[in-house]
Amino acid sequence: MKRGIVFDQQMIVFLLFAVIFIAFSLFLPGFFSIGNVVTLLRTESVLGILGLGMAVVVIGRGIDLSMIALLTVPTALVLSLAGAGYGLGLSLLAGLGVAAAVAVLNGILVAYAEIPSLFATLAVGIGLAGVGQSGLFEYDIVPWPKSLDTIAWLGRGDYWGIPYSVFAFAAAAVVVGTFMLKTRPGLFIYAIGDNPGAARIAGISVRPMMIFQYVISAIISVFAGLVLAASANNMDTRIFNLTWIYDVILVVVLGGVGLSGGRGGALNVVVGTLLIGTIINGMTIMNISYEVQNLIKGVVLLIAISLDSVINPRNEETAQQGDI
Amino acid sequence: MRTRKSGIGRKMLKALATVASVTAVLASGAGKVLAQQSMDDPARAAYYQQFKGKRVVFVPVFMGLDLTEGWSRAMKLQSERLGYQYEVRNSNFNTAAGAQTLTSLISEKPDVIVVQNPDVTSYAKLLQKAEAAGIHVIQLNMKTNTLTYGFVGANVVQLGELQAEAVVKKCGPSTSGKVLILDGPPTSPFSAYMQYGYDNVLKKAPGITVVSRQSTGDYESAKAKSITQVVLQQHPDLCGVLGVWDNTDVGTAAAIKEAGKTGKVFVTTSGGGGAVSCKGLEDGSWDFYVSYDVPGQARDLTDLVSAALQDKEKVGTNKIVLYTPLISYTKDNVKEQSCWVLDNIH
Repeated sequence: MKRGIVFDQQMIVFLLFAVIFIAFSLFLPGFFSIGNVVTLLRTESVLGILGLGMAVVVIGRGIDLSMIALLTVPTALVLSLAGAGYGLGLSLLAGLGVAAAVAVLNGILVAYAEIPSLFATLAVGIGLAGVGQSGLFEYDIVPWPKSLDTIAWLGRGDYWGIPYSVFAFAAAAVVVGTFMLKTRPGLFIYAIGDNPGAARIAGISVRPMMIFQYVISAIISVFAGLVLAASANNMDTRIFNLTWIYDVILVVVLGGVGLSGGRGGALNVVVGTLLIGTIINGMTIMNISYEVQNLIKGVVLLIAISLDSVINPRNEETAQQGDI
Repeated sequence: MRTRKSGIGRKMLKALATVASVTAVLASGAGKVLAQQSMDDPARAAYYQQFKGKRVVFVPVFMGLDLTEGWSRAMKLQSERLGYQYEVRNSNFNTAAGAQTLTSLISEKPDVIVVQNPDVTSYAKLLQKAEAAGIHVIQLNMKTNTLTYGFVGANVVQLGELQAEAVVKKCGPSTSGKVLILDGPPTSPFSAYMQYGYDNVLKKAPGITVVSRQSTGDYESAKAKSITQVVLQQHPDLCGVLGVWDNTDVGTAAAIKEAGKTGKVFVTTSGGGGAVSCKGLEDGSWDFYVSYDVPGQARDLTDLVSAALQDKEKVGTNKIVLYTPLISYTKDNVKEQSCWVLDNIH
C-alpha cells in the first residue's frame, strides 16, 4: 500500500494498453467498433478467467502450472459422463471432485512436503494430463454432448450484444476480487504471500491455507474449461501440450501481480488480459503471421518481467523461502 | 439239395465280391477326392514364418485422434494376425520428443518405422539415417520433403485444390468473393502443401479476395473460433472459409453459428471422414468436406507394412507412394458415405 497509485506496474500496463488501443483505433481500419471490442473481450475471456485463478496462487507466493491439465481433464470428464447419460449434477460433481482432489495433492506437495510449487504443480499437471490421455476418453477431443445444453450459455450467445463468456469473466473477476480483498481467507493469502513466517507467527494456519489456494485455482480452471468447451463445442484435451500456461502467466505478470507474492489482485489480471487481447486482436486484423505473433508476445512478456523486477525489486526479505 | 445250396452259396459269394469291389473302388475314389480337398497352400507357412520376431513401431504426432487411433488399430490387428511385434511411441505434439524417439529407434533397429511428420523438414535427416541403418520407413499422411521406402496418405495439394474449387464455385461474381484461409502450424505438411493447392486454384479465380490467412496454432479449435470471430467482425459479408481439419473447424463453425451466419458462409474442411465429418455436414457446421478415408488408408498402410516386412532388397531401392483416393462429401451425398467409427477399422 505504500506506493499509492502512481506508476506501479498495473498503471504502466494500463497506460500501455491505452496507447496501443488508441493507436490501433486511429490507424487500423475496423479495429474500433463495438463489435470488434466485444469480439476482443470474448476471445480472451477464458484466458482472463484462468489468469484470475493463477493470480490467487501467485499472490500466495506459489505458481500453478497444472492449471491447463485441470482445465482439460476434469472438463472432458464432465463432457464424457454427461454424454454417457449420467445427469448434469453428477457429471459436474465428478469433474469438480477430481479437480479438487488433484488440487489437494498439489497443496500437500507444496505445503507439507515443501517441494517448490514450480516442480510440484508441473509434475502433477503432467501426471493428470497423462491419466487423461491414457485412454480415459475415447478420443482426445471430446464433443460437447446435447445433454449439457442447459449450461451451454456459459460460452455461447449474448445478452444485449455482450457475450455470456465476457459476463463469466467479469463475474469471476468480481468474485475473486471480493474474496481476496474482503474476506478473511483472501487477506490471509496476501499475508502468506508477503511473508509466510510472519503470517505463521500471527496465527494463520499457513499450510492448510496453501492447500486452499490450489483448490481455488483448480475450481476456477474447471469453470474456465466449461466456458471454453461450451464456446468451442468440444474439449480439446491436447491443449495441455501447447503453450497456454505461458499465456496465463503472461497476463498475470503483465498485469502487475508480482511473482514474489503478496502483490496485485483481480484488477491487475483484467488489465493484463485487456493488453494481450488488444495486441492479439490487432495482429489478427493486420493478418500478421503466427510466428511473428508469438515473437511479439514473447517480447512483451520479457519487457513485463524486466519491469517487474525493476519496480518490485527483490530484497533479502522477499527473496527467501518460497521464492520462485 | 447240394447243388441248390452250392448255387446259392456261389451267388452269395459273387454278390459279396461285387459289393466288396464296388466298395473298394468307391473307397479309393473317395480317398482321392479327399486328398484333393486338403492340400496346403505352399506359400502359407513361409509367409507367416517370416513375420515372427519382426518389429514395427508407430511414431505418431499425437495419439487420441480419430485418425491416429484408426491407423493404429489397423496395425495392431494386423500384428495379431501376422505375429509381428507392434508398438506405439507417442510424441505428444512435441517435435523434439519425436526426434528423440526416432534417434533411439535408429539404434534399436526395428524392421519398420511408421511415422507421421509434424512438419516438412524436422525428421527428414533422421528418416534418411534410419533407412541407411536398414530400417524401412513408411511416412503416414504427413510427409517430409524427402521420400523414403513408402508413403501412404492424402495428396494434400490435390486436397487443397478440391476445397478451393468448391469455394470458387460457391463464391462467384454475385457474392463478395471474400475468403478466409485457416492453416495448421506454419511448417506442417497440411499447411505448406495445402496452401500450394489453394493457390493453384485461387490465382486463376480473379473474383476471389483472400481477406485473411491465419494459423490455428497446433490445430486448436478455440483459436480457429477466435480468428473466425475477428474476421467475421471485419468482413460480415465473408463468403467462404477454407478450413484446415474437421476437429479444428468445429471451432470455425461455432463462430459462424454464433454470428447467425450458418448457411451464409460456405465452410470447407477435410479430415479422415469419420463420424465427426458426417455429423458436421448434417448439422450445417460445414458445407463441403474432403475425406482422406482412414479405413482405406489403413488398408494401404497395412499392405505396405506387410510388403516392407517381406522386402528382401536393400532399403532405399524401392520408393512407393500410395496417394489415397480422396472423397468429396456434401450434404447431398453424406448418407452414402461410410462415416466410420473405430469399430469399423479392421
